[in-house]
Amino acid sequence: MTTVRYTGVAIALHWLIALAIFANLALGFYMADLEVSPQKLRLYSYHKWLGMTMLLLVLVRIGWRLSHRPPALPDSMRPWERTMAGVTHGVLYLLTLSVPLTGWLYSSAKGFKTMYLGLLPIPDLLAKDALLAPLLRDWHENLNWIMVALVILHVGAALKHLVVDHDDVLGRMVPGLPPSRTKG
Amino acid sequence: MKLPLLPLLLLATAPAALAAPLPIDLAKSQLAFVSKQMNVPVEGTFRKFTGQLDFDAKKPEAAKARLDIEMGSVDAGSAEANAEVIRKAWFNTSQFPQASFVSTALKPLGGNRYELAGQMTIKGKTHPLSAPVTVKPAGTGQSFEGTFVLKRLDYGIGDGPWNDPDTVANEVQVRFKLVTK
Repeated sequence: MTTVRYTGVAIALHWLIALAIFANLALGFYMADLEVSPQKLRLYSYHKWLGMTMLLLVLVRIGWRLSHRPPALPDSMRPWERTMAGVTHGVLYLLTLSVPLTGWLYSSAKGFKTMYLGLLPIPDLLAKDALLAPLLRDWHENLNWIMVALVILHVGAALKHLVVDHDDVLGRMVPGLPPSRTKG
Repeated sequence: MKLPLLPLLLLATAPAALAAPLPIDLAKSQLAFVSKQMNVPVEGTFRKFTGQLDFDAKKPEAAKARLDIEMGSVDAGSAEANAEVIRKAWFNTSQFPQASFVSTALKPLGGNRYELAGQMTIKGKTHPLSAPVTVKPAGTGQSFEGTFVLKRLDYGIGDGPWNDPDTVANEVQVRFKLVTK
């Protein structure tokens, strides 16, 4: 059984985006319920900067994914497992795009422009709209809850491959693990 | 005896030519400001203010201006900001419902441009303030337009933790267009 890792670029993008998701999810849920304060203003800005960084990384990643074939799944995987893996990954790609995008839309509708790193003004996607803003906020939040569920599924499946199946799936994406493990 | 009434009425409705205090027409006037929060420009306005302008281009040095602003009529850009900005640390509208500007001098800068100097009082604190003003005829009255920078911390706007100008900048850009009736 020959196993190849994802490319170094794909691995780096995967883990950078994973880090951005965890950091910004925690930050987002924490900051949303804070009383208005200078700290809250700062955290919202950091959240937007990280979200914009993530969106850029996601676009690069999708471009890379479309131009580079991922390593094959182990032959031991059953068809339904392959389908599930494909669907989960597809939905995760959509979420990594739609979560920052809805945040950007919400920020625009709120009339509070994003100034990347406090220096670079990011254009608003739509005009200030007091009626639309709460809807976009809800969507941004709901998509994040779906993201939480999908990440749990994704991590759970990866651990199942490692602990139950003893196959090389995790080794394709985790630099520390051997890229190929013999079954059983 | 009815005839002389007409010229009198015409005089009364042609105030631009007369140096007399004219009330500000709120519907045609604007008082807006831009603050910078984390370097993000955020627009705000005041919806209610009153005042009088007394200006004659032939005697600009005799001009007088007074503006009273209802601080509670602020629209700071969002519902959250509106709720915050009237609180004690910011405008403290329950104790200081009004801010006022009273002119002290008007200096001609050439053409229809002038430098207006006066005393600005916000939250009980008074500081001198000056702004370039462009005067134009507007309908039956005149319009006075200009911008200036107000340093919020001079007036204690944003006390306590908000004192930090890195989060909310000290400089607030104020834009006014005051049109008399």
